[in-house]
Amino acid sequence: MADRQEKIEGMLDMVQAWKSDGSIEGVYCFNPGEKVLRPLFACGVSAGFPSPADDYIERQLDLNELLIRNPPATFFVRVTGDSMTGAGINHDDLLVVDRSLEPASGRIIIAVLNGELTVKRFVLGDGICRLLAENPDYPPQEITADTTFEVWGVVTSVIHSL
Amino acid sequence: MNTQKFFALVDCNNFYVSCERLFRPELNNRPVLVLSNNDGCVIARSNEVKALGVKMGTPYFKVRGLAQRHGVKVFSSNYSLYGDLSHRVMDVLQQLEPEVEIYSIDEAFLMLPGSRFVDLASHCHTIRERVRQCVGIPVSLGVAPTRTLAKVANQFAKKDPACAGVCCLETPDAIDHLLVQTGVGDVWGIGNRSVEKLRRRGIVNGLQLKQADDDWIRRQLTVSGLRTVMELRGVSCIEIDDSRAQKRTLVCSRSFGRPVKDLPDLREALSSYVSRVAEKLRAQRSLASSLHVFLLTNRFRTDLPQYSRTLTLHLPEPGSSTPHLLRPALKGLEQLFKTGYLYQKVGVMLTGLVPAGQRQLSLFTANASSDTELMTAMDQINRRWGRDTLCYGGTGRAKTWAGRQSFCSPAYTTRWEDLPQVGAGSEKCQENVLPDGIIEGS
Repeated sequence: MADRQEKIEGMLDMVQAWKSDGSIEGVYCFNPGEKVLRPLFACGVSAGFPSPADDYIERQLDLNELLIRNPPATFFVRVTGDSMTGAGINHDDLLVVDRSLEPASGRIIIAVLNGELTVKRFVLGDGICRLLAENPDYPPQEITADTTFEVWGVVTSVIHSL
Repeated sequence: MNTQKFFALVDCNNFYVSCERLFRPELNNRPVLVLSNNDGCVIARSNEVKALGVKMGTPYFKVRGLAQRHGVKVFSSNYSLYGDLSHRVMDVLQQLEPEVEIYSIDEAFLMLPGSRFVDLASHCHTIRERVRQCVGIPVSLGVAPTRTLAKVANQFAKKDPACAGVCCLETPDAIDHLLVQTGVGDVWGIGNRSVEKLRRRGIVNGLQLKQADDDWIRRQLTVSGLRTVMELRGVSCIEIDDSRAQKRTLVCSRSFGRPVKDLPDLREALSSYVSRVAEKLRAQRSLASSLHVFLLTNRFRTDLPQYSRTLTLHLPEPGSSTPHLLRPALKGLEQLFKTGYLYQKVGVMLTGLVPAGQRQLSLFTANASSDTELMTAMDQINRRWGRDTLCYGGTGRAKTWAGRQSFCSPAYTTRWEDLPQVGAGSEKCQENVLPDGIIEGS
């Protein structure tokens, strides 16, 4: 956990040292105005000696651009549990959730199920709406008239630290 | 074709409560209230709490018993969460409409030319639904030919379930129909003193105010009262003051979490407030000419000796750098301070603000540019890495005087370690599904 956070926060560690209580205030999840830019090199990676093509930097890539299509509707959430491992979503992963998307059948969604936020695969078929886990240990759930169910958002990416 | 221009007031329903509920869906349909800075009094109520008869601004200690009996979920105000969600609501509105005028943290006016819409109401329902979907915050829209009438319409959009969150006033009849049901005190811009004057003349509802005599209104309620009346008649004449963005006075002051009696604590608190207010001053590119320091005891504690004084200091020349303001402020505090009192609040106000470009240099001015560069660097660092990353040592580290925030929710959208958790595995992981909340008394 500590390792992973260190990676995500990278440079933030320096700031953390400044604050006695260890908290960081006002660091935004993402801010389209302040892009985190990584250079893309037009040449292949060569380990050993500097490439003569280093001077030909094409443009800079912004991870926000890749992961976030609609900033005001995009939220990050943290996964707790192992019911979605089959979909490549593991405990403690970070999910990018876009609320502006319509939940098509087959998509992975964040649902409000009986008052709780939960991540499931959403499947519509034969007039039945079902929420599937991606782990044989967890049975599928059918949405009936008695279930308090609401789509909170559609998951677009999973960020998994190694 | 309808050539009339309409104003739509978009207002977030019980905004702070809606923000708290977004990541705690189990709180939907349950009573929730939010307390002011320092957990002083009630500043936001869910409909369930309103139904319990809790009024806006009630001190918390007066409703604590009631809140416990009815299982009311109590939150301290979490401005990083509310600010972020407010930006998102405004961003979505700006995606949908070209002319958006942000009026407060939870209100915005949209300018809607009537010619663009066959059905204004259905367009407004679309806006409402889009904000709900994208940000998860419910909003209400009041639409009318003027801003004042849009405010009236918005009150009905919220109150009347038949409106389903949208109330459009497109015809004179529809306007008058609502104005009859609106008390003059509920009209935007009519304050308590005006209500009393109007009542004595027999004017109690919005329609009567609309039909009032111009000369009398101008004499009794001044020209701004007359503008309000004109707005009720459908003549748009109130502009949202652009100078709101560039304020003419700036204040920073907060109540202490506990009574403070020593000068060092007061110095720390005042230094913090001066730093904050100086940052605001620089953000709006102004310089301050005067500085006022005030110090007071808790006026509700009538059993304790009372003290309340303000000191005004004219700066030798207008400035905005933190040390330029800090030095005189701390000197002022030392003059104000008397031992033997339990202080509740210290604060600073800046007045005589002038644009930074128009400074009159005095004959003996030292070169201030190095100070300016230092301040620019400091503000940039604090904007990038979060407030108080870089601060003056005098503002203190422990801040034992700082206000209470006993029931604060996580900064779900602005801190990595506070991200909302979603369950993957409902049986196994139930206890981890949601971040711990605090229901007082449980």
